[in-house]
Amino acid sequence: MSEAAIQAGCRFFAGYPITPQNEVPEYMSRRMPEVGGVFVQAESELAAISMIFGASATGTRCMTSSSSPGISLKQEGISYIAAGELPCVIANMQRGGPGLGNIRASQADYYQAVKGGGHGDYRLIVLAPATLPELYKLTQNAFDYADYYRIPVMILGDGILAQMAEPVELTPYKPILKIPKKDYILDGCQGREPRVIKTLMLNPTDALVTHNINMQKKHEKITADLQLVENYMTEDAEVVIAAYGMTARVAKGAIQIARDKGLKVGLIRPITVWPFPDKAMMEVAKTVRKFLVVEMSNGQFIDDVKLAIQCSKPVEFQGIGGGWYPSVEGILEKIEEIYK
Amino acid sequence: MADKTTQIVIAGFGGQGIVLTGNIIARACVMEDKHVAGMISYGVEMRGGTANATVVISDSEIASPFVSKPDVAIILNQPSLDKFESQIAKNGIVILNSSMITRDVEREDLDVVHVEAAEIARWLGNARVANVVALGAFIAKTGILKTRSIDKAIEQLFAKKKAALITINKKALVEGIKAVTKSN
Repeated sequence: MSEAAIQAGCRFFAGYPITPQNEVPEYMSRRMPEVGGVFVQAESELAAISMIFGASATGTRCMTSSSSPGISLKQEGISYIAAGELPCVIANMQRGGPGLGNIRASQADYYQAVKGGGHGDYRLIVLAPATLPELYKLTQNAFDYADYYRIPVMILGDGILAQMAEPVELTPYKPILKIPKKDYILDGCQGREPRVIKTLMLNPTDALVTHNINMQKKHEKITADLQLVENYMTEDAEVVIAAYGMTARVAKGAIQIARDKGLKVGLIRPITVWPFPDKAMMEVAKTVRKFLVVEMSNGQFIDDVKLAIQCSKPVEFQGIGGGWYPSVEGILEKIEEIYK
Repeated sequence: MADKTTQIVIAGFGGQGIVLTGNIIARACVMEDKHVAGMISYGVEMRGGTANATVVISDSEIASPFVSKPDVAIILNQPSLDKFESQIAKNGIVILNSSMITRDVEREDLDVVHVEAAEIARWLGNARVANVVALGAFIAKTGILKTRSIDKAIEQLFAKKKAALITINKKALVEGIKAVTKSN
């Protein structure tokens, strides 16, 4: 992920240590100076996200990473960056919560990531990679999405994704979007009118209303443009597992065994969890008998699945919070139980 | 699953080179164009605590990177045998560092390979290469990876500052292989 960011032109990284994502700042601390970028180990998470706010205002591609408790601390800054319509990339390698929780993998920050987290009506584009090659690719794309839509992009991973090893081909960055010239940045106003990036909008009284409407239009555009999803063996499936990230990967293993046993099971895996791939979900809902949601939490992602399919089919659930890992055997057992 | 997938666990004390062994296997897999996913677990322990690394090797894309029932276990100390014996897959292979493990394997279905890994390593002049001796036994027993790929992985991982250790590690690998071929 760090190298992908460097390749994509990220030249400012600020972070504060927390397990299980310390490998990211560690790598950045060594690599950033080599490419003429800036690495800062900030004095706190709040400082780190505020530095990202500043760096982004100058038009620099920038990034921060943390894990659950650290991401909670960054929420104020994230809300400000969203309000300022500034691009940046934020990685959350989720660990068990609430509180300091533990250092095992988790998907319990789902609500926080896709429903806001900080205050106010804002959204983040949230990407949920399942493999390291995908993490590499999505990290590069994240910078394009951020710049193109002027919005913070979150990479929502977990402790396993952050700590595992897998071969990745370090392909050079290829832009996937044509980024408009950054005509909003603060890079010295000699010879032009000064620009202001602000998040406090008092005058006129409806300034904030107008700003919110504009942001809403942007959110609608993103929702229409960007619903990434993977369908795996869903065509003839009677039961479809809905899962994202690492959990989806384990589910795939269970599905392969279930298929060998003659059970028609498939997987739908949102790659963007915001915007949520409503259309693809609804499409699957038309033909499937029931859904099974698997997630490393007590049930957050399941809400979006139910909304997307407008509760048109039964949705079963398997998941536990606090650092529970799904197993191929466990998911297979659940499939057999509900398949009937 | 139609394609062959092998789950491996490497376990021992922190400091026995558990993570490194996993890395060597993973690198060797890349050289042979195999799919591979690796994970390490040392929880909150440090040197002296138990550590384990897991590796999944497959001919096709790896779904779950978790190892729940290892087909092969490379066990470098007694506590690790106690911990993993019950988890190993039926008829699985166990590579035992018998210089440090006094008890026998209780399960009768397991295919156990005894290697005096620590003893051989000391005889070679560096007790710390016991993990690579065990790794030699592993490839000789399973045939999953070629000696040449492991050699190359060792060269890559011990590049630069640690280059002096390449020769002894390669020797350790050869001795590990010999230990198995001799006993068969």
